[in-house]
Amino acid sequence: MLRLLARGSGHHGLTEIADSLGLARGTAHGILRTLQRVEFVEQDPATGRYRLGAALLHLGTSYLDANELRSRSINWADTLAARSGQEVRIGMHHDGAVLVVHHVFRPDDSVQTLGIGAMLPLHATALGKVLLAYDPDLSAAARRRELTSLTRRTITRTQALERVLTEVRGQGWAGEAEEYMPGEASIAAPIRIPGGLVVGAIGISGAVDRLCEPSGRPRATLVRQVLQAAESVTGALVEES
Amino acid sequence: MAQRFVMAIDQGTTSTRCILFDQNARLVAVAQREHRQYHPRPGWVEQDAVEIWRNVDRIMPQALRQAGIVAEHVVALGITNQRETFVLWDRHTGVPVGRAIVWEDIRTEELVASLEKQPGIEEVRERCGLPLATYFSAPSLRWMLDNVAGLRSRAERGDVLFGTMDTWLIWNLTGGVNGGLHVTDVTNASRTMLMNLGTRQWDPMLLEFFGVPAAMLPEIRPSTEISGRTTRVVPGISITAALGDQHAALFGQTCFEKGSIKGTYGTGGFLLMNTGNELVRSKHGLLTTIGYQIGGEPAYALEGSIAVAGSLVQWFRDNLGLIHSAPEIETLARTVKDNGGCYIVPAFSGLFAPHWLAQARGLVVGLTSYINKGHLARAVLEATGWQTREVVDAMNADLGAPTPVLKVDGGMTADHLLMQFIADVLDIPVMRPLVAETVSLGAAYAAGLAAGFWPDLEGLRRNWHLAARWNPSMDLQHRENEYANWKRAVELTFAWARSTPS
Repeated sequence: MLRLLARGSGHHGLTEIADSLGLARGTAHGILRTLQRVEFVEQDPATGRYRLGAALLHLGTSYLDANELRSRSINWADTLAARSGQEVRIGMHHDGAVLVVHHVFRPDDSVQTLGIGAMLPLHATALGKVLLAYDPDLSAAARRRELTSLTRRTITRTQALERVLTEVRGQGWAGEAEEYMPGEASIAAPIRIPGGLVVGAIGISGAVDRLCEPSGRPRATLVRQVLQAAESVTGALVEES
Repeated sequence: MAQRFVMAIDQGTTSTRCILFDQNARLVAVAQREHRQYHPRPGWVEQDAVEIWRNVDRIMPQALRQAGIVAEHVVALGITNQRETFVLWDRHTGVPVGRAIVWEDIRTEELVASLEKQPGIEEVRERCGLPLATYFSAPSLRWMLDNVAGLRSRAERGDVLFGTMDTWLIWNLTGGVNGGLHVTDVTNASRTMLMNLGTRQWDPMLLEFFGVPAAMLPEIRPSTEISGRTTRVVPGISITAALGDQHAALFGQTCFEKGSIKGTYGTGGFLLMNTGNELVRSKHGLLTTIGYQIGGEPAYALEGSIAVAGSLVQWFRDNLGLIHSAPEIETLARTVKDNGGCYIVPAFSGLFAPHWLAQARGLVVGLTSYINKGHLARAVLEATGWQTREVVDAMNADLGAPTPVLKVDGGMTADHLLMQFIADVLDIPVMRPLVAETVSLGAAYAAGLAAGFWPDLEGLRRNWHLAARWNPSMDLQHRENEYANWKRAVELTFAWARSTPS
C-alpha cells in the first residue's frame, strides 16, 4: 500500500487503493487507519485522498529489479509454456509501454525469435491491460493519450478501455483477441510483491483459435493455467522477501 | 491408471532439492533447503553431512505434499549430487567422521604438489583420466586418513565408510545402520581418481598410490542399476539411478550424440561433451570422464570445468556489496555499453580447465579512473563467457570438429546478457531447453528409464523443447580483440603465481 502511494501522483482515494491492491474496501480502510496512526500515511482534509506521511520520507522506495523477476519466475514461466503449449512473456511497465523482461518460446520447436527487451503497447495486449488495471496513475496517463489503433479490434475509446480495466480487476486476469495483431490473442494475470502491489504480468499468446472459444472468450483451462503461474511467481517473490 | 511421477533428489553444493516430474518431463513440485558452508581455515570448505541428510528428510515429504501425491505414485527415484565432495562415517553408528570435504576445498595443495613428484604419476592420469588436483576426492581422502587419529585402521577394518554424497544419501535412505546399501555409480566414482576408466572398477594401483584401503569404498554400479528401496523418510520408493550432477545435466539435455555439448552455469560452470563409446584422452587440458552408463556400455565424455562462475557474482554481491541480489548484476552491467577495458580473471582457487594451475590467483586488470561498478559487473559476466570459450576451443580441438550449438542450463541462464555474450564469443547459437532444471531432470530420466517409465533414449529426446535461443551477433574483429585481451589477462595470473614465494 505504501509502495502504491509512493509512486506516481501519490494521492489516491480509498476505492482506488483497495481496487489496485485487490483488497476489500473495509480491509484497506483498516490498514490506512493503522498507517495514519504511525504517520506513515496522511489524509488530505479537503479531498479525503491519501498520501505518504512525513515519517516515511526518510525511507527509500524499493523496486523489483526486472532481472530479479526473470530469475525468480523462470521455472514457472517454463511450466506455463509446457502446460499451455503457448509462448510465455513476462512484462513490466516501462516508459508508457510493456517491457518484455522474459520470453519463453512456444514448445513446438518451430523457429522463433527471442523477444526479451521488446516494447508492447499497454492498451492492446493482455499484459498491458493487467498493468493498466492495477496502476491508477498509469491508466490515468493512458486516458490522456490517444489510443493507437493497431487492428480493427484495438480498443481506441477511453471509456471502453476503462470498462475493460474494471472487468480485469473484477476477474483478476486480462484477455485480448486480435486487438494487437490479426489472428493472435493473449491472456495475462498480475504478479504481485508482498503487500499486493502489482509489479508485472505473466501471460501467454498465440493463435486466436487456440486461445479462444469459437465465441471469442478465452479458454477457461488456459486462463486457469495463467492464473496458477501468476500465483506461483507471486509466491516465489514472497518466499525470499 | 492414476498418474505416475518420477522423483529426483539433487544434492547440490549450496542446497538440496527434491523435484517431481510427470511423464511429459514437466516439473510438478519443487522443495528446496540450503545448507551451511563452513570455512574453518583459509581454503577449507566443509559441509555437515548430517544437516544435508536432515534436509532430505524434510524436502521429500514436502515435494509429495506440494504435488498432492503419496509414495505409491512415485515410480522411481534418481539421485544426483555435487561431485567429488565426500564424507566418511562410522558404519555401526552412522555418525560422520568430521565434516564432508567439498570439491572447492584446497587444503591439499601441498599434498598434491608432493604426490605430483612421486613415481607413477603419469600412470595415474592414464588410469583415471584426471590430472592430479585438489578438486578430486582422492587427495582429500588421503589427507583425512593422514590427519585423523586412528582413522586409517578403522578404514582398513571397514568400520569407516567412504561415500560421495550419492552414496551417503542412498546408504541412509535404504536403512543406514540397518542394512543400508553402500553403492555409488560410475560417474561419481569416475571423479574420485580411484576408478579405472577402462574397467570401471576401483583400481588397485590407484588405491595404492593414494594409500586408500579398499574396504572403505562402495560398490560401483552402472548409473541405472542402483536397485535400492527407501526404508526411511518416505519408505517404499525404488531408487533406480544415480549420477553426478554434471553427468545428469548431460543426460537431461539429451546430449546423446557424439560431439554434443552442454554447459551448466551455477556456482561453477561445467561443460561436458559426449564422445560416445570412444575414450578420448585430451591433449588440450580437458578431463576424460564417464558421461553415463545405461546398461553394459558407457558413454564417455570430455569435461572442462570453470571453477568460478556464479560464485563470482556472489562474491560481487557479498564481498563487494555492489548489488543486493545476484540477478541485479545484469541490471548493473547494462548501465554501461562495454567493459571499458576492464577484465576480471576469477582464479580464486587456481585456474581449472584448460590451464590447471592451482597456484594462480584472481586479478582485475585494466583499471583506469573511467572504470565504474557497471564495467566491473560486465567484466564479472564476461569472465564466464571467455572461460567457456577456452573450454569449447579445447573440446573442438580434441574431437577435431567444431560443435554446432551449445545447450545451456542452470540458474545463470536467467541472465540474458550473459547468454547473449556466450553466443557472441563462441560464435554459435546458445539454446536453453524448456526445463531449466536439467540436472534433476537427467536424474529423473535415468531413474524413469531404469523403471520402464520411459521406453528409450528417443522417447526422452522427444521431451526436449527449445525455450530460448541466443544467436551470435558480435563483430568478428571485436571478438578476436577481446579474446586476445582476455588471454593476456589470464597469462598475468600465471606470472603472479610464479612470483608468489612458496
